[in-house]
Amino acid sequence: MDGIHDLGGKQGFGRVLREDNEPVFHDRWEAKVFALVRATGSAGALMNTDQFRHAIERIDPVGYLSHGYYGRWLGGVENLLVEAGVLSQKEIATRALELGADPTWPVAARPVAQPDVVGYESEASDSIRPLDTKPVFRVGDLVQARGVSTTGHTRLPAYIRGRKGSITAWHNGWVLPDSNAHGRGENPEHLYTVAFTGLELWGEDSEPGLVVHIDLFESYLIQNLSKS
Amino acid sequence: MSEHENHPASQQSIRAEAIESLLIEKGLLSEDAVDEVIVQYNERVGPMNGAKVVARAWKDPAFKLRLLTDGTRAVEEFEFTGGQVEKLVVVENTPAVHNVVVCTLCSCYPWAVLGLPPKWYKDPAYRSRIVREPRRVLAEFGVQISSSKELRVWDSSAEIRYMVLPEMPSDSESTSEEELAARVTRDAMIGVALL
Repeated sequence: MDGIHDLGGKQGFGRVLREDNEPVFHDRWEAKVFALVRATGSAGALMNTDQFRHAIERIDPVGYLSHGYYGRWLGGVENLLVEAGVLSQKEIATRALELGADPTWPVAARPVAQPDVVGYESEASDSIRPLDTKPVFRVGDLVQARGVSTTGHTRLPAYIRGRKGSITAWHNGWVLPDSNAHGRGENPEHLYTVAFTGLELWGEDSEPGLVVHIDLFESYLIQNLSKS
Repeated sequence: MSEHENHPASQQSIRAEAIESLLIEKGLLSEDAVDEVIVQYNERVGPMNGAKVVARAWKDPAFKLRLLTDGTRAVEEFEFTGGQVEKLVVVENTPAVHNVVVCTLCSCYPWAVLGLPPKWYKDPAYRSRIVREPRRVLAEFGVQISSSKELRVWDSSAEIRYMVLPEMPSDSESTSEEELAARVTRDAMIGVALL
């Protein structure tokens, strides 16, 4: 989906702000969100990482930018718990008010009425799925990334769409996030690392010597330009 | 954009507490789950793991070769616990190449070797800019990369995780592996610092 999470190359965010002696968790509630994610999995409302990433992508875009990392997780967790029927947003809001919440504070969660159902849990602890099919591309091939966006989850960022790059590594088969996030099966595909030059991505103004390496699934790549 | 100016963390804290208390009442969360998380990521997982890997690679050329060829298997020699990396790729800084790691789509990071990522790694400024103007971002971090060097940015878009093998400081040839590990920083293994 063309969401606010897809940040690569966006301009205007300013300096990268760092903290000296940053703690692992800034406040107990951040660790609490971590525990909530685990509980959401135990409750059967979260079946795989792709589903969780997509739940975060679907929170309020303003909240995505302003609530911070664990705030985004909190929004994603609330999406999943409500969509699975484990909790209702009304009972969460009521409890939050009892605990002193400001009712005008913009909650990030945006649960949908007819959510995807992920009706399976992977038996494997990882997402590596070696394939019998031969990879379409080989290291050194010049390829072009698919040029259009999708409405669902994908790991093809907007700044790579339509750009031409060369394959630098092949990683055999991996679970396809675009399918797995929506409960449509693991549908593993060959995965490649593809290198894109700064000139290709950003034009003549690109910094010198820049090469972005990114891991792309086979269906993200639409043609083999080196064979034409 | 500041994370806390408009929406104090206390509101998020309250929302998290509301969900936590409801899940506890429904028997879906234990009272001590939060403490388990804090202990795990404060004590068992962190950049000290990656630093041991880097120091051994500097001291042991055969290990370095194994690490750069198959990072996942090479790191298994350390028996780290508490964070999974399905496939680890270690990329080497050299006089000709500087590497830096990001995840533009979320905040993927090699937890098993580096622990949880710093806040700036997860913020929009770093995720948006490092793929477009890495030399400017690195300069803000105090790192000048010669324009004659290739600058490789690794955008962790799938489940493969990337870690940078920094160049060994030139004055450390005779130092022990343990002493070397103490000099390796988290930022150097992300690629935003030199040693």
